[in-house]
Amino acid sequence: MTDFSEYKGIWVFCEQRNGELMPTDFELVSEAARLAKEIGCKVTGVVLGNGMETAAKELGGYGADEVIVCDDPLLEVYTTDAYTKVLCDLVNEYKPEALLMGATNIGRDLGPRCAARLHTGLTADATHLDVDTKEYIEFLRSSSTLDVDTVKLDEDDRNLKMTRPAFGGHMMATIICPRFRPQMSTVRPGVMKKAEFDQAKADACQVIRPAFSISKEDIHVEVLSVEKAAKKMVDLIGANVVVSVGRGISKNVKEGIALAEKLADAMGGVVGASRAVVDAGWMSSDHQVGQTGKTVHPKIYVALGISGAIQHTAGMQDSELIIAVNKNESAPIFGVADYGIVGDLFKVVPDLLKAMEAERAVR
Amino acid sequence: MKAIVCVKQVPDTAGKVAYKPDGTLDRAAMEVVTNPDDLNALEAALQLKDEAGCEVVVISMGPAPAEGMLRELLARGADRAILVSGREFGGSDTFATSQILAAAVNRVGVGPDDIVFCGRQAIDGDTAQVGPQIAEKLHLPQVSYAAEIKKDGNQLTVKRMLEDGFMMLRVDTPCLITCIKELNQPRYMNVRGIFECFDKEIEVFDYEALKDDPLIETDTIGLKGSPTNVFKAFTPPQKGAGAMLNGDDAAAKLASILAEKHLI
Ligand SMILES: Cc1cc2nc3c(=O)[nH]c(=O)nc-3n(C[C@H](O)[C@H](O)[C@H](O)COP(=O)(O)OP(=O)(O)OC[C@H]3O[C@@H](n4cnc5c(N)ncnc54)[C@H](O)[C@@H]3O)c2cc1C
Ligand SMILES: Cc1cc2nc3c(=O)[nH]c(=O)nc-3n(C[C@H](O)[C@H](O)[C@H](O)COP(=O)(O)OP(=O)(O)OC[C@H]3O[C@@H](n4cnc5c(N)ncnc54)[C@H](O)[C@@H]3O)c2cc1C
Repeated sequence: MTDFSEYKGIWVFCEQRNGELMPTDFELVSEAARLAKEIGCKVTGVVLGNGMETAAKELGGYGADEVIVCDDPLLEVYTTDAYTKVLCDLVNEYKPEALLMGATNIGRDLGPRCAARLHTGLTADATHLDVDTKEYIEFLRSSSTLDVDTVKLDEDDRNLKMTRPAFGGHMMATIICPRFRPQMSTVRPGVMKKAEFDQAKADACQVIRPAFSISKEDIHVEVLSVEKAAKKMVDLIGANVVVSVGRGISKNVKEGIALAEKLADAMGGVVGASRAVVDAGWMSSDHQVGQTGKTVHPKIYVALGISGAIQHTAGMQDSELIIAVNKNESAPIFGVADYGIVGDLFKVVPDLLKAMEAERAVR
Repeated sequence: MKAIVCVKQVPDTAGKVAYKPDGTLDRAAMEVVTNPDDLNALEAALQLKDEAGCEVVVISMGPAPAEGMLRELLARGADRAILVSGREFGGSDTFATSQILAAAVNRVGVGPDDIVFCGRQAIDGDTAQVGPQIAEKLHLPQVSYAAEIKKDGNQLTVKRMLEDGFMMLRVDTPCLITCIKELNQPRYMNVRGIFECFDKEIEVFDYEALKDDPLIETDTIGLKGSPTNVFKAFTPPQKGAGAMLNGDDAAAKLASILAEKHLI
């Protein structure tokens, strides 16, 4: 066994866009703080950008003991080359035992490049993390079909156990990286729970400004422009209620979307979609829920005319309450729904809107 | 000029999924398909061939049956097909897979005008890690999530998608690009291609052929050598079916349940 005793602490690479930290950074720092308790180690946030100190200290309020801040005009906008170089140099110098980052389009570009350079393994798109074996067994008890009492695991095992969906959500795998450090994982945005913000902790968070080197010659891809999508993106991940539409709206797409919008408004939520709807060009891709879209766990998820393919349910099955409306009584979506109504959404949704109004009137 | 395309054969996770009695996935019983994003990668290469007349080389690592897929790719217009196959390679994680594929690409040779194309993500492993890791091992600049590619001499302008927009990036060849489905519409096989593909030889790179490449570390390939290991694999439990609300007043029932739960 290699001696890993010099590798200490959990690092979270905290992505910024336009000088603002990403929501997933706070989720990850909160999760890292939970793991750090199991290990007995520090949590370090790592922020690369330009003028990021104030924003970085906020991470302390969610559980970072310290933040490493590297400011440089060449780090203002993400490039694979600059970020890989600076992050890998830091890791080689400080030797964290684990390095987490959000599985965003940028994290999934940076993570593998860094893992290859650091000569270590990388788990993709994890949705659950454990160190303590007992905690892990409890997780298996609630989240797997395994007969947990027959599963023999080493109680003293201190490897980071990184669980992720694969095969389009048909299967879960727990990945470990026993022979190399740091143990790396990208983590799916929207899955880990953000802690309550604690101002005292934010004030106590220490800022570290290490020396680093980056020059234009290190960067081989030039950023010509960064464009925001023309329309404001829908905030599916932060929403309390998501009303999603599927191909079931096809007989009157405009009306179907309008009904979903009305229902979402009435419930205080936003509108999502299945991939079929996005592929058909009826709604933009930021609305897509599922394996290749967003993972959501709102208080209420309403699926209108969605069949419930596993790639869709992978992104919504952990919602607190799921309502499905589908005209086909054997649609798989009913298998994950708490309440199902078999019927034509063009009739059921107006009925529901009316009934909700009536309920509100009497209460 | 060459376009080298990495293509994976995958079980069709969108089609009928088969389970073994113990609840694990029965890969053998599932249909295999060409990884969808990889067809977009091949199409990008074929478009360069149409425009500039480059050679298109497809490389796939996998067991012998992947040969059938490679023939299909020849029929779609690829010029040369390489199967990377060996027991030593089995069970490789993305670190190991990218090392082996990088060595295979190296053996083909990346010249100053060349481009390596990958899909963004394979639908079985679902990691999207192999492309960037090949790029690192070959010391090539990378652009992932490519939704548009324009080539002007040795300079490429690429639209790289973000969740909330996109970046326009400029990169010189040689480089590696990972492709998403928005990039293009893959073409079908043509009749001439189907006839001709049977005359072409499928080259095989086995362990012997690659082991001396400086990129190959013999102790980090295959199941044993891979840095990551599958510690446990399991299927998620199906949530019990909920309540079905029937009758003409189903919507009214639902509204009153939501009101009782203080959700509306
Ligand atoms: C690699 C991969 C990744 C994928 N990722 C995603 C993903 O992220 N998200 C995603 O959603 N999908 C994803 N998919 C696609 C997924 O497999 C399904 O094809 C898709 O979810 C189907 O969308 P749908 O339910 O809207 O359409 P359909 O499956 O066509 O279902 C339409 C449903 O509407 C019902 N219906 C029709 N008319 C009415 C009506 N008037 N009233 C009520 N009900 C009606 C029908 O009974 C049917 O059940 C992915 C697939 C692959 C291969
Ligand atoms: C359940 C499960 C979970 C796993 N989790 C992890 C994990 O977290 N981390 C990890 O490192 N490994 C993991 N693996 C191993 C990983 O799936 C394999 O290494 C696989 O060979 C490549 O990864 P991928 O399928 O995710 O490919 P991706 O990285 O998603 O593929 C991207 C692109 O690379 C190219 N490519 C990939 N494989 C090949 C190939 N064989 N031949 C030609 N081109 C190819 C294609 O262009 C493809 O579109 C896991 C395996 C299983 C079964």
